[in-house]
Amino acid sequence: MKTLILLLLALAGSSPLFATEIREFADPDKAARYERLIGELRCLVCQNQSLADSDADLARDLRNEVYEIIETGQSEEEAIRFLTDRYGDFVLYRPPIKPMTLLLWGGPLLILLFAGVIGWRYAAQRKLEAIRTFSEADRDKLERLKKHLDDPH
Amino acid sequence: MRFLIPLGVFLVMVIFLAIGLSLDPRNIPSPLIGKPTPTFHLAEVSEPSKTLTPESFRGRVILLNVWASWCVSCRQEHPVLLDLAKRRAVPIFGLNYKDQSAAAKDWLSKFGNPYEASGFDQDGRVGIDLGVYGVPETFVIDKKGLIRMKHTGPVTPQALEKEILPLVLRLNQEP
Repeated sequence: MKTLILLLLALAGSSPLFATEIREFADPDKAARYERLIGELRCLVCQNQSLADSDADLARDLRNEVYEIIETGQSEEEAIRFLTDRYGDFVLYRPPIKPMTLLLWGGPLLILLFAGVIGWRYAAQRKLEAIRTFSEADRDKLERLKKHLDDPH
Repeated sequence: MRFLIPLGVFLVMVIFLAIGLSLDPRNIPSPLIGKPTPTFHLAEVSEPSKTLTPESFRGRVILLNVWASWCVSCRQEHPVLLDLAKRRAVPIFGLNYKDQSAAAKDWLSKFGNPYEASGFDQDGRVGIDLGVYGVPETFVIDKKGLIRMKHTGPVTPQALEKEILPLVLRLNQEP
């Protein structure tokens, strides 16, 4: 048991924390921009990893491109445009809102609206049923009360 | 009647999952379709003193095939390309992506050379400009130098007969 735990600990310790190489930036602001960008851009080879996480050859090349763009003082938008011009919106984990992606962005709202309408109709029906059962159950009582009022004896 | 509601929801889910599963996640639409071929100047693999540029095939409908000697699926599509070259159906140019010069030359002499010329893209910069993310990839380029189609993965005889060659035929009709 002890050996197993030790083995697991050793494994945990050996897992690479960063797939990325060390980058030198003259300006810490640029370093932050670079880090944020590669965390948000998607690797096309291993599609569930960002450029920052991926060990793929292409991811390293694309990190190089992003690094150069940022280091030469261009904006984040320019880095993103560089990649989307070549690889499409697929590289963005957060796709832009445009006709193609309208359903993607509006979908949750649409489903919420749909669920709201169904819920509302369901609640209204329940209320109606409650009123109906109330009147049926209490009709006799009402009748008896009426009779009692008309003729107390 | 009430049991139809969960059944309906289930069926909708099945349809969506079936569509999702039948899509190839590696088939990412290229934003380069309809755009000019990115410009490049590359040494040719077989004759490094010569240069391959998009001007080399301007005025002709061609296939630009991205390949590498380390690429396993490239071997799979290679006989298809050789056959295509033999039939002279469409000129094929190569982009030798992130390869070693000697290995690339060896590969061509060993397996045959279907390419009119191959550009040697050692650092993969031209590959990036073309949006290459998985070798092999094949582009159909028209007479004006516009990219008209991209095929990701090995070229199969089916893809060739059903998509690529009909498009080439059509593009050849264009002025």
